[in-house]
Parts: sequence; structure tokens; C-alpha cells
Amino acid sequence: MSSNALLTDDPLAHDLPPRFRDWFAARGWAPRRHQLELLERARAGRSTLLIAPTGAGKTLAGFLPTLVELSRTRNERRSLHTLYISPLKALAVDVARNLERPAAEMNLPVRIETRTGDTPASRRQRQRRDPPDILLTTPEQIALLLASADAEHLFKGLRRIVLDELHALAGSKRGDLLSLGLSRLRRIAPEVQTVGLSATVADPDTLRRWLVPQDGTEEALGDVVIADPGAAPDLSMLDSAERLPWAGHTARHALGDIYRMIGENTTTLVFVNTRMQAELLFQELWKINDDNLPIALHHGSLDVGQRRRVEAAMAEGRLKGVVCTSSLDLGIDWGAVDLVINVGAPKGSSRLMQRIGRANHRLDEPSRAVLVPANRFEVLECRAALEAVEAGAQDSKVERSGALDVLAQHVLGMACAAPFAADDLYREVITAEPYAQLPRADFDDVVDFVATGGYALRAYERFAHIRRMKDGRWRVTNPFVAQQYRLNVGTIVEATMLKVRLVKAGKGGRPRFGGRMLGEVEEYFVETMSPGDTFVFAGEVLEYQAIVEDEVYVSRTASNDPKVPSYAGGKFPLSTFLAAGVRAMLASPERWKSLPGQVEDWLAMQRRRSRLPGREDLLVETFPRGGRYYMVAYPFEGRLAHQTLGMLLTRRLERARLRPLGFVANDYAIAVYGISDLSLAIRQGRLSLDALFDSDMLGDDLEAWLAESALMKRTFRQCAVIAGLIERRFPGKEKNSRQVTMSSDLVYDVLRSHEPDHVLLRAARADAATGLLDIRRLSDMLMRIRGRIDHVALDGVSPLAVPAMLEIGREAVAGEAAEALLAEAEAELVREAMGSGGSDGGRTVH
Amino acid sequence: MEATEAGQYIDADEIGLAGARLLLDAAGALFWPAERMLIVADLHLEKGSAFAARGVPLPPYDSRTTLALLARLVARWRPRTVVALGDSLHDRGAGTRLGSEERAALSDLGRGREIVWVAGNHDPDPVPELGGMHMHEVTVGPLVLRHEPAPRGGECGAGRQAHGEIAGHFHPVARIVRRGRGIRRRCFATDGMRLVLPALGAYAGGLNVRDPALAGLFAGAFNAHLVGAARTYRLPHHVCLPDW
Repeated sequence: MSSNALLTDDPLAHDLPPRFRDWFAARGWAPRRHQLELLERARAGRSTLLIAPTGAGKTLAGFLPTLVELSRTRNERRSLHTLYISPLKALAVDVARNLERPAAEMNLPVRIETRTGDTPASRRQRQRRDPPDILLTTPEQIALLLASADAEHLFKGLRRIVLDELHALAGSKRGDLLSLGLSRLRRIAPEVQTVGLSATVADPDTLRRWLVPQDGTEEALGDVVIADPGAAPDLSMLDSAERLPWAGHTARHALGDIYRMIGENTTTLVFVNTRMQAELLFQELWKINDDNLPIALHHGSLDVGQRRRVEAAMAEGRLKGVVCTSSLDLGIDWGAVDLVINVGAPKGSSRLMQRIGRANHRLDEPSRAVLVPANRFEVLECRAALEAVEAGAQDSKVERSGALDVLAQHVLGMACAAPFAADDLYREVITAEPYAQLPRADFDDVVDFVATGGYALRAYERFAHIRRMKDGRWRVTNPFVAQQYRLNVGTIVEATMLKVRLVKAGKGGRPRFGGRMLGEVEEYFVETMSPGDTFVFAGEVLEYQAIVEDEVYVSRTASNDPKVPSYAGGKFPLSTFLAAGVRAMLASPERWKSLPGQVEDWLAMQRRRSRLPGREDLLVETFPRGGRYYMVAYPFEGRLAHQTLGMLLTRRLERARLRPLGFVANDYAIAVYGISDLSLAIRQGRLSLDALFDSDMLGDDLEAWLAESALMKRTFRQCAVIAGLIERRFPGKEKNSRQVTMSSDLVYDVLRSHEPDHVLLRAARADAATGLLDIRRLSDMLMRIRGRIDHVALDGVSPLAVPAMLEIGREAVAGEAAEALLAEAEAELVREAMGSGGSDGGRTVH
Repeated sequence: MEATEAGQYIDADEIGLAGARLLLDAAGALFWPAERMLIVADLHLEKGSAFAARGVPLPPYDSRTTLALLARLVARWRPRTVVALGDSLHDRGAGTRLGSEERAALSDLGRGREIVWVAGNHDPDPVPELGGMHMHEVTVGPLVLRHEPAPRGGECGAGRQAHGEIAGHFHPVARIVRRGRGIRRRCFATDGMRLVLPALGAYAGGLNVRDPALAGLFAGAFNAHLVGAARTYRLPHHVCLPDW
């Protein structure tokens, strides 16, 4: 907290007990206006959303009413007063520490404890029996506490719930779970007040609805307090003298500039969008680190111990720079950070603002941030993001309703706590913001699913998890069900992670045991590797040796050139809001002056050789090149929506016998290529672009594709795990039994063909609409461009098409063309096997 | 190409096994034209309900899915004999859990042809609900058909070329990586004397052909025939990758 203008003359300050006033004064501080306002709302019994930038003393504001109340009570109360819920375990622990200090200094009779997955079982037991005054915890722990018989006892005296980083939780499945927990907490303690703490958001009303029980009216809103936004950030885009790349995401051209900035500042956070980009950038920086600057690496897959060491070193001011991913977007305050560099496109203005806020947690001084675009399109995106931040414009979140798989988990949890009547639980659930519009029929389907799987074929009545008793209430059938629930709680379905262990390369391909643990990688990343492949991890080039149980054995390698490429795109797709900004900029040549000269030239050339994409139109170019024919479209709807579009377009072109070979997609454009002349087909009327891009592709074509889509299967698996149908895989548990392990893909296939409307498939489709397949956005785009396709047939590649064209061959083959790949492998490899003259059992006769 | 009884031509990949000519159906079944015999393995009927009994209510449609596939195979090849190479039922109680639709499908299957249920480790004893014949193994011409492959060095081992063997039990799958994509498919595994069939059951998982338990069945090189949408793809074992 900084010593800005003292507010002692603020009339609200007089409400502060002397002990608190003295405490502030002793530090030369004054309570901030929003802290006092929150105190006042609390006294009036109002639930309130506080919107404040980082560094505004948000957390203290949230706890001040509690501390004041507790300072007035004697020690006799032995029940939980305030619950603090944070999306991050580490944040809960950190906030507890920060709260202990004022509590101790004011000599307040307050007991503050945390409860996370790391809390020892004995302490967790004791917390139920003898709760602290303030408990700091996570949404998953709340779900667990509520699913037990003593939940009523534990929470009945609860006075306040503080929801930290609410903007980060709302709109996600974790948020859904938390909202359902809130609905139960409010039933147990109807007088409880809620305080939401949030960064600036586009739609505060959604968060305000979170804080109070929903009753179907527009008026069910919490109060809102908006803090002084503080100094505007000092934000700029790197204007590198180097040549700007056409494509790619590594920003190698700006390496020298980044290194120079790290050297010039005290501590610099260098944000990138993916783990692989972090690895590559970190490596490249060390290659030129002649001054031996202490530069560290931080991302979510690194070993926890290593991450903690980096965080500690940063807190102690021992690091000049940290290359990091969204793993440092949220969380603990680092006072010494004075510069944020965002490498690559920011993808969304809200994310960017969050990251900028990581620099300089003093409210009255501007945060400094530099955007480093990695290619030409990213320059446009960075420019749009700069303008958005200047205007304080936020991305709006896609509207979604609460997930049915999460509801299934909650329903089972509630049954574990006590038998429930469906009518009562339904009424309770619809008080939660995400579920306010939940149809009763969906709720009943979910209960039915929890009971017996919810299949039309009523085969499993005798194996039911919950059963209706004579009085109409549902009760769990046996204690094993509650045990299963506890193992499955939570909505984070990690891709199965494999530990990465460094071993010495052994002889004859047999790696030796032992060696240091470097961190974890997703199973699906390893899926694409063969022994001997090299990749970058934990800042080194490593050679993949083998999988031993749940560990990936790797060894160091002399190679400097990793074979397995990084992911082509950013992890997050371009936000709709920034996309509109980019389109607007392209369509307004008078604004190009604000862009680097190279980019301006590039766009001018596009205007001469082809056309510019319009604000609302869809530009489609067709042209021949190197014996192939290309169609490049510029929807600017983000990589995920473009991938889905690409799948559907190639299907349709195939059906029209226009023989597409494949496609690539980035955040801005999609390029389809094949062996039929598409310009000619359009001229002769054999291909209508209006028909090709008609939104009816979201009907049968989409259905047919979903049947085999690996992304859809992954989405289904997540829903099935959250809903409790498929057991979570615990590392090592399944290693010996793949033969009998149930693959969720098999379940998906069977369910899809027999009960396409099953509640879990509905949940998976809802996820696909906004998640990995981004169908909602695609559908919005198709509606927007109806009748507005601007086609131009060219002799060759256009300037704007170059970045997309460069992705071809670099990116893993897009599509689901497994059959084609198998045929290719066979053709190539059988020849080789036949030639080798080994004992070959299959004598193919043609 | 193979002319069936009905006179249609069907695409299927042909292999030789101990001198017998066999056709691989992309659905994961084997047809032996000379004997008009359809051979399948590891149906694992009622695996879904076995999971449900343990608290995991998987969709109860696996048995009918598997039986419908078997019915399509029968319609396609018009076999005189169908041999199921064991583990046709997932557990000992599975027979009694079969629903009426599944029972009807089973009796349709047995109409006009012989069905041989070979004993497997999941279903060692005859199961009345299945109908047909129950056998421990079947010897036809140069081939022995059984559930679990005999240990190497046995009758199909080196030096004793008496019988070829067709077996199941291991649910072979093979994995390859091409252009950054991993592909894992059920497969046939064969070295010309021994053939291990993929599992046909809708809920049957798979064991990688590079697993020592599977690879060790073959003295040297062998091929994996991966099932595809309409055909099988033959790959030498050394290009198949172990599981991650």
C-alpha cells in the first residue's frame, strides 16, 4: 500500500475503529476510499463487487469488514466467520500471510488458516471440529467440505465470503462449481454476505449477479464499488530495426532488443503465449547472454520445486528477467517488477491488461509494458490491443450457461452430504448465476444420470449410485459412492501428465534409471514422439529415450536444433474484440501511419495486388502456385474457429469433387489447398462460394465430422471425467492394464450411436461450442458474412496470404486424415520392409 | 478381391498363414475362404454392465454394438462356421446379464450356421445363453485356433512347422506417428506362422504390439495390419512405436 493522499478527513474514515485508524496512521497510510466504501456496504448488509486494478489494496478491502467485526467480538465465538476463495492455492497461502501481519500488529483476536490439497489430514479434521475465524481456500475444497454431513454445522454461522479474482473464475467450469457451492452456502447461512474482488471487466453485471441469489429478475444484483483506476499504463510496441518476419511466433528478430531491455531494467517479466515459446525464447536469450544476466524460466509444466525457487529468487530481487507463460498471469505480487514485455500477439485486451498489471504494484505510478509482435499480422493485433488498452476496452466473455457435467458432480456431492428432495435442490441450484436459466428437464436428466447413468435403456437400476426413497428424497446407496465422489471432485481435467526425468543415454537404447526430475509434459505431446526425437524442455534440448511407467526418460543431446516443432499458434485464440479491431485497421488505410513502415508497405502492396478485407466482408482469394491451387479466406476469428471451418470446408470441397489436399489455419486466415483449379470452378459456376460458406455446414457436415473428431473426443472425455462417469486417471495407476482400461473414445462412439441426445453428449457439445472447436464463433461469423463474400481470383499468392502459406508444411497436417497417413506410412514402409528381406509373414496378392 | 457365396466381390487384404490363405476384414475379423469360416476374438460382451456393477455406469449398449458388428460380418462373408476365440463374455456373470435384444441377436447369429465359442480366461466354461458349441481349441487343416497363444517354442515354434496358430487374448494395437500425428489402431499381428487377432468388442482396449508380452510371441520380424475405415494397413513391427 502506498502513501497516497491521506483520507483522514473522509467522513467514512470515522467508522473505522480507533485500533484500525492508529494502525494505518502508524504506517503513514490512509485507508483508501474503496476500502472504506466496502466497509460501509458491509455494515448495510450488502453483497458487493469491488473492481480495482492490481496494487489497489483489493485484498485488504475485502477483509477489512471482517477484521473490524472480529475486533469487536470476544473470543467466545467458535465458528467460521469468513471464507476466502481463490483460484490459486498459492494465492490463498500468500493472502493468509499478508493478513496475519495486520492482525498481529493490531493484536486482533483472529485465527486465520488455509486449507488446500496440501493441508495435512489431521489439520483438515481439526478444522471441521474447531474452525478458524477466517479460512482461505479453493473452490475444490469448498465442494469437498459441502459434500460432508457436517457442512451444516461448519457453515451455519458464516458471515462473509470473499471471492478473489472472480473475473478469472466466472465463465469457467471451476466457476460453475464454485457458483453451485455458493448456492449451498447461502442455503445453510442465508444471512451471509459476499464480496467479489475483480479486475476491470467488460460486463460487471454478470459478476454482480454472482454475489446474490438469482430469482429470475433483473434486479438480483450485488452492489458495485469501482476503485480509482490509478495511473494509466505506459505502453508501447517495439519498433525494431530488424526485418519483421512473415510468420512464426518466436520473435527471434527482436531477441537483441528484448535482451537489451532486460539489462536496462531491475526486473523484467517476459510473457509469451505457450510453454514451447517460453522454452525457445529462454534458450535463445541464454545463447546471447554475454553478461550472464540472471534470467530464469517459469511455466506450468516445470517441476513445482523449481517454480518455487524462481518465485523466491524473484521476490528477493535476485533475477533480472523471467520468461514466463500465463503461469504468472495471476497470483502473488512481485514489487520489484518494473517492466513487462509481452512477446507475440496479446490475443485479448483483458489478458494484456492483467499482464501489464504485473509490473509495478504501486498504484500511483504507471506500469510499463512493451509489446513485441512476432510477425506482421501480430503488429496489427498489437496495435489494436494498444488502442483497446488506451480506451480501457475489455474483451467480453462469451455467454454460456453452467455446464451439466459440473452440475452432475455437484448433485452427487449434495447427496453425499444429506438426502435431498429434487424440488428443493433444483430451487437452490437456479439461484446460482450460471444456472439461473437451467430448465427443470435438464436438472432431472442430470439427477437421472447421477443415479444410473441416465440411459434410455434402464439397465442399471440395481447398480444405482443414488436412489429415491419412499419419502421422495434421493440418498446415496452405499458409502463407496461418497468415496468415489471425493476422489473425483474438481473440474480441472489435466491432460494426463508424464514426469520428465533426465537420464544418461544408455547403450542399446536401454536408458539407465535415476536422474533428475525436470518437470511434466502432457501425454498428448509425447504421443507424437518417437525415441530419438529431440525437443526443448526446461531450457535444454533433450532427446526422448523411452517411457517407463508414468515417466518420460530423456537425455541431454549435442543437437542444437530440436526436431519436434513448437506448437504453431498461441494457446489462446484471438479475441472477437481484438479481431474486430484488426479488421477495422485493415479497412482504414489512413490509420496505417501508426504502423511500422514495413507493415504499411505490406498492406499497401496487398491493396495494389489484391484487395483489403472489409470490416464486415469476408475476403476470399483463389490462386495457383507451384502446381497446386489455393483458396485463402480471412475471417479473423481465431485459430480454433478456423480449424473447425477448415475441417468443414475440406469436407464440402471433397464432396464437390474439387479434391482438396489439406488446409492450414492461423488466428487470421485459413488456406485450403488442392489439385483442382478453384478459380476456374468458380468462374464456370461449378463452385459457389456463397454455398460453400453457407451456415448449413453446421448441420450434417458438422455432425459427421464430430463423429470422428479427436478434439470432440477429448472434450467428451473431460465431461465424462467431471461428471464422474470415467474415473480420473492417476499417474501410474493404469500402467499395467491398458488392455482392460476403458478408453473414453470407445464410450463416446457407443453412446453417440445409441443415444445421441444423452446428457453427457449435450454437455460435450456445449463445450465444443465455446471450447476447442469454437463453433459458436464460427457460426456468428458465417451469419455475418452471408451475402458478403468478396472473391478475387489472382495469378499468384497475395501479400496478405504469405503468412498463412508459410504455415503449410510447418504445422502438423491439419485435419483428421488418419487414413491418408496410414496409407502413406504403409506405402513407404512396406517397400522398405520387403527390401530388407526379413521373415515377412504377409504375402499380399494383388 | 474375393468372390463370396453371394457372388459379390469384397476388398480385403490377403495373408498366408502356415500355407492357408486368409482374408483380413477391416472391422477386425478374419475370413478363411477355403473353410468358409469367420473368426473373431475377444468380444467381451457385457463389459459395460460389469463396470456398472463396480460403480461405473458406462453406456449399456456395448454388447448390442458388438453383436450388430458380428451380424454385419456374417451378412458380408456368409460363413458356414463362426469361431469366437474366447473372452466372448467379459466375466462369469455376463451371460445372465445379457438383455433380451442381445439374446435375440445371438440366436439369429446361430441360425443356419455353426458357432464355436472357444474358451477364454474370462469365460472358461460353457455359457448356456450363448448357444452354439463350446471348445477349448479347434484344429482345422494346418491351423490351430485357440484363445491364448501357445508359449513360443511350442508347436508353432522354430523348427516345428507342424501347425500355424490363430489366437486372440492380447488385443493387439499398433501406434505410428506421421507428420506430427499419433495414430493408434487395433491390429492383426502375424509372422506367417502365428496370427493374433484384434479384439472385436466395442469396449475392448488394446495392448501395444511392442509390449514384450506381445512382441515376444514372435521369434523375429512380424507385421502389424492396422484396421482402417475400409481396409487394413500393413506395417512391419519395427516401425510401430511403443505406447507413451
